[in-house]
Amino acid sequence: MVETLEQFLPHPLLAIIMHAALPMVIVFPYVLFAVWLERKVSAHMQDRLGPMRTGGWHGWSQTIADMIKMIQKEDIVPSRSDKFLFKFAPFLAFMGAYAAFAVIPFSSEYIGAHLDVGAFYILAVTSVVTLSILMAGWASNNKWSLLGAMRTSAQIVSYEVPTVVAVLSVIVATGTLNLMTISEMQTGTIFNWLIFSNPFLLIAFVLYFISSLAEVNRTPFDLPESESELVGGFQTEYSGMRWGMFMLTEYADMLLVSLLGSVLFFGAWNSPFGDFMSGPVWGVFWMVSKGMFFIFVMMWLRWTLPRLRVDQLMDVCWKYLIPIAFINLVLVALWEMLF
Amino acid sequence: MKNPEEIYAILKEKFGEEKVELKEDAKVVPWIVAAPDSIKEVTKFLRDDDGLDFDYLMCLSGVHYPKDNSLGVTYHVNSTRKKHSLTLKCIVPEDNPHVQSIESVWKTANWHEREVYDMVGIMFDGHPDMRRILCPDDWEGHPLRKDYKVQEYYRGMKVPY
Amino acid sequence: MPELRTEEMTINMGPQHPSTHGVLRVELVLDGEIVVDAIPHIGYLHRCFEKHSESMNDYQQVIPYVDRMDYVAAMSNELGYAIAVERMLEIEVPERVEYIRVIMAELQRIASHLLAIGTYGLDIGAFTPFLHCFRDRERILEIFESACGARLLYNYIWVGGLSHDVPSNFKDKVRDFINYFPPKIKGYNDLLTYNKIFIDRTADVGVLPPEVALNYAASGPVLRGSGVDWDLRRNDPYSIYDRFEFDVVVGKGEMGTVGDCWDRYIVRVREMEQSVRIIEQAVEQMPDEGDVKAAVPKRIRPPEAEIYARTETPRGELGYYIISDGSMSPFRVKGRSPCFVNLSVLPAISRGSMIADIVAIIGSIDIVLGEIDR
Repeated sequence: MVETLEQFLPHPLLAIIMHAALPMVIVFPYVLFAVWLERKVSAHMQDRLGPMRTGGWHGWSQTIADMIKMIQKEDIVPSRSDKFLFKFAPFLAFMGAYAAFAVIPFSSEYIGAHLDVGAFYILAVTSVVTLSILMAGWASNNKWSLLGAMRTSAQIVSYEVPTVVAVLSVIVATGTLNLMTISEMQTGTIFNWLIFSNPFLLIAFVLYFISSLAEVNRTPFDLPESESELVGGFQTEYSGMRWGMFMLTEYADMLLVSLLGSVLFFGAWNSPFGDFMSGPVWGVFWMVSKGMFFIFVMMWLRWTLPRLRVDQLMDVCWKYLIPIAFINLVLVALWEMLF
Repeated sequence: MKNPEEIYAILKEKFGEEKVELKEDAKVVPWIVAAPDSIKEVTKFLRDDDGLDFDYLMCLSGVHYPKDNSLGVTYHVNSTRKKHSLTLKCIVPEDNPHVQSIESVWKTANWHEREVYDMVGIMFDGHPDMRRILCPDDWEGHPLRKDYKVQEYYRGMKVPY
Repeated sequence: MPELRTEEMTINMGPQHPSTHGVLRVELVLDGEIVVDAIPHIGYLHRCFEKHSESMNDYQQVIPYVDRMDYVAAMSNELGYAIAVERMLEIEVPERVEYIRVIMAELQRIASHLLAIGTYGLDIGAFTPFLHCFRDRERILEIFESACGARLLYNYIWVGGLSHDVPSNFKDKVRDFINYFPPKIKGYNDLLTYNKIFIDRTADVGVLPPEVALNYAASGPVLRGSGVDWDLRRNDPYSIYDRFEFDVVVGKGEMGTVGDCWDRYIVRVREMEQSVRIIEQAVEQMPDEGDVKAAVPKRIRPPEAEIYARTETPRGELGYYIISDGSMSPFRVKGRSPCFVNLSVLPAISRGSMIADIVAIIGSIDIVLGEIDR
């Protein structure tokens, strides 16, 4: 796709920048939409209406208004904080989340970077978010922030293990780390999707979904920012657009794990109906709709479940998810050998 | 179930008339006045005696009696098993307001005694943590004394508004 | 390798903290996430209730101040005060007034418990039950509003009677509510009470053994959660509570140890069911006609006396120790607030737990800072 762009644009560098900015076209409107959706989903679950005024129809422009408000807010940096780290952390967080979109195949024609180690790259680059949260918690010079940051790093590092093993199950089944190849392997009808190809991959998906919830700090694993305990966790001292960047990262991360889940298990950009409604543009549609479905499930869980305690969180990971994930990996491999 | 007169009879036998005294002429319910330096013994006896079995200190309040220049502590105790209750009082002079702490008898007295100290200014001897509880630590005076005057300034802030 | 130096961290939880239910400050001494000590500091909301009461020139004027003590259960506070003064004056209030008072107090108990369990869900991280509780609490507030025009601080129960008569459709409204409400309790149970994560978070946390609870003079759901069968409505009946049939709910340790946070929580949920039972009976027996102000005295001048009267508010034993010197204004009014006493248990039951448990424990004690600080 970079080649196509180079033909139209005067300079090859411009083509690369434009190519790199393309996921932004999906991520930004998505975040605006997802925040609005979160409000609406929570509101309707709680017997209320949510935003109704801004913009007319069901308050559709509420998040746009909020974003403008956030940009206009005073940029407060605590006087005793580590200024450089404090300012840099939100950007680093978003960088980590955005960089991961490079290897997500949005459609049969578009993927940021055709990496042969795509799955590995995603798992590696998303860890940068942990680093930025640690930075934010430390730089804030606030005990609550520090506690939140410490919890996060412990949580994300632990939950990376079951996530990786679940992803590994898919890789064992497909034999490639290239996400585009994995997507292409699932072309055809809904029954070609990996989740239906192997019963143990279904278990792998459940493991993946649970541990990815913890990786993106969603309820019931939202301890890092657990409002009722740690005030605001690592973001306590942040306000305005810097806080907005963390919010953006959180939602971008949600999209990322949802998209990765649909690539690995739910046929990526493939239409569920074979050739019907398929093609490069429909591909984007299917990809985003599948992603949005999982995001809806995440919201649904968030507004239903209470939060785990930090030791219970670790119990769930180390005592249940990791052993199950490893046994499951062996079973996936056995199934692939036998059938 | 025992009435205050019966309880008084038991207490008188145990501690003697100079330590406890019954006020029968009081309206609504009669109360017993105990000496401030023996209140701990008396309450401990009330709690541990099988016939009395007062396991529950409902309320502990400080009162200022400006007419007699004295301060008082009122204990309302209750027994959840025997279902009787009793009012005990300690009266101390304004210029030497010391009462034994009964924190070791009923833990609930801890905060109540701090409140009495804060509001009326009675010192409780033997209390583990005799600090103010509702007012700031460096507040002047004890607000519930009848002759209390509000301080003009508190840390540079004007107090009476 | 030299030994790593570790030290305890002291951290201030509050006075501005989302889960301290107001302006409570808890000084936490932490060893990592483990709480070594928790020292509550109160007084941030001290509004000199007792001093104010002494300077009133009428006993009736104290009632609005009483409202502002436990501002989520103002009716119960008024009831306690009215009963204390009435006992001093030795006046009998009309039958109809007694019934209205009981209905109001029990509705208030439901409203207050709804708030308690809703915010408790919030403390544990479940947001949705909170708004469901508020939806139902709203219906009770509407009944209060129709009776006295206020939704939070009512000034409704006066010494000797009530400030207004109830509207003509009062009984229908109350009946509507008691038909509407019980299925909703099942909804809360499905959503929150029996949720695995909720049970994990609250069972065996903050265990308050019964003898400690008595020694600390805890009361209300905190005492009953520890398995002590003690309810002033039955053990020391006031008003006309002896006419109704209801069960005193005690914690049984169904999910863990007797006296844990889950027990205190479930006592509140089940008490709402019992309150509905009381209201049902009271609505049926309540006379339709009668002047609610018949016994309200023109001038209140109690004899030189003193009284300690206690009632069971949603939070526990609310006692008023009133001393009269024979004049029009009270000589001394002491409010024995249940939350003040219940909160003093906190250090004893929170040592050794985790930060998240502190939130669960404070929530399960169900404090209202307005009443603690007075």
